[in-house]
Amino acid sequence: MSGLPALFYKEMLRFWKVAVQTVVAPVVTALLYLLIFSHVLEAHVEVYPGVSYTSFLVPGLVMMSMLQNAFSNSSSSLIQSKMQGNIVFVLLPPLSYLEFFLAYLGAAVIRGLVVGLGVWVVTLWFAPWQMPHWGWLLAYALLACAIMGAIGIVAGIWAEKYDQLAAFQNFLILPLTFLSGVFYSIHSLPPFWQGISHANPVFYLIDGFRYAFVGQSDTDPWLGLLVASACFVAISALTLALLKSGYKLRH
Amino acid sequence: MSQASPAIRVSDLRKHFGTTQALDGVSLDIQPGEFFGLLGPNGAGKTTLISILAGLTRADAGHAAIMGHDVVRDYRQARRALGVVPQELVYDPFFNVRETLRIQSGYFGLRHNDGWIDEIMHHLDLAPHADKNTQSLSGGMKRRLLVAQALVHKPPVIVLDEPTAGVDVDLRRSLWEFISRLNREGHTILLTTHYLEEAEALCGRIAMLKSGRVVACDTTRNLLQLTNEHCAQLRLQGETLPAAWQTRLQHDADGSWRINFSEYADLETLLADLRGAGIRVLEMQLQEPDLEDVFTDIMKRT
Repeated sequence: MSGLPALFYKEMLRFWKVAVQTVVAPVVTALLYLLIFSHVLEAHVEVYPGVSYTSFLVPGLVMMSMLQNAFSNSSSSLIQSKMQGNIVFVLLPPLSYLEFFLAYLGAAVIRGLVVGLGVWVVTLWFAPWQMPHWGWLLAYALLACAIMGAIGIVAGIWAEKYDQLAAFQNFLILPLTFLSGVFYSIHSLPPFWQGISHANPVFYLIDGFRYAFVGQSDTDPWLGLLVASACFVAISALTLALLKSGYKLRH
Repeated sequence: MSQASPAIRVSDLRKHFGTTQALDGVSLDIQPGEFFGLLGPNGAGKTTLISILAGLTRADAGHAAIMGHDVVRDYRQARRALGVVPQELVYDPFFNVRETLRIQSGYFGLRHNDGWIDEIMHHLDLAPHADKNTQSLSGGMKRRLLVAQALVHKPPVIVLDEPTAGVDVDLRRSLWEFISRLNREGHTILLTTHYLEEAEALCGRIAMLKSGRVVACDTTRNLLQLTNEHCAQLRLQGETLPAAWQTRLQHDADGSWRINFSEYADLETLLADLRGAGIRVLEMQLQEPDLEDVFTDIMKRT
């Protein structure tokens, strides 16, 4: 039998054992964003006609939380295992690089979805319930978590120290997620920055995910799906190539 | 796996890190059921060799196989046949002892392994700590857990990389009893250690590595015979030695005399000469060469 289920289970158990830090904390953070921004902007900003600012913000916050936590799960698990040295426990058994990839990716996706669901549930008190388009919602949620889970694997393998991973997170992941239309529509930006935003794949994830909730978006959700799928394929191919080569894992 | 496959076969293995040639053409065959020692100073290439066997490191050239399975081409079979106790005292602080062993079993595709897990925990005295978080274990207990993890899949070949470094006497003894038992039950053991008396007592065959090369490989018995330097320590009554012996005997600080000799006939002549000169032997102690002498000798010569 394959060792994949055991590695997936281990990764799930790892974040579940510290759920206060890995699930509850990000939900609370998202809630704070919601309270502050919706309080300040609710009366002044209407991004899409007929959509309150809070209703606009919620999908963005849910998506941002999913992105950051999916990334965090695989990257922090790997860097911790590497620093501790217990990465040998998964390198010694007969696990293939594909099984390795799927286990870490699967757990990252689940963590992202659990946090996303948590954020959504607590924000229901603040935004009126609207039936989302489940198909778009699931497609974007899964793709977003998978893309970030895979990037997290790359970052976790690449980083040799915690501060390198922190740099990756602070200078790449955080700006990409913040500057992607979580809090605003990119149509409110000057043309130059609009152009830049279109080059940010995270923008499409948030835009498409928001479409699933409010039925309006800056770009066609099918285009976003295409961009996200292409991103996932590219980043997965890179991750698998790194794992196959043994980069920084098998010397 | 053919009947004729050695438990471990390494042929012309080469590996460099930067400008350091860690392994410079190492070849070894270890037969099933052997208790084999791998000795060498720090940086000789022992851990690199073990890492290549375990798939943690990839060789630049050459081949390695476990029970006939190439460690690269046929890595799944090779890793199933191999249990490795790493040198570093590593553990996963997220889990307790039983979880650690269950998860490790799972990596090898073993779902219902609790019977065997209980048995290993019992033999390694881990049972009372089954529900303890690995972080709260003492160093010795962490070491035992590493041994247990290496055994979850009942591998026919077990590699121990300096398992007793920094381990107290009690644990060292119980560990060796357990490993020796596994060896008697048919497991092949490959051991690296800095404690040469351990290697001498346990290993049937020993290879010595230096700068990435095998500089000696033979049965422990044959290796011990490589050095025929014996040493005798004598307490004598009488001050003046016969003239012929004055340069060969060294006077120790405690007043005794020491002589190194290779033929026992030398000792007979000495004793006869002493009797002739009227000197009485009050006490005599003979020291046989041990593995440390052989090791030092080989490391110096090569």
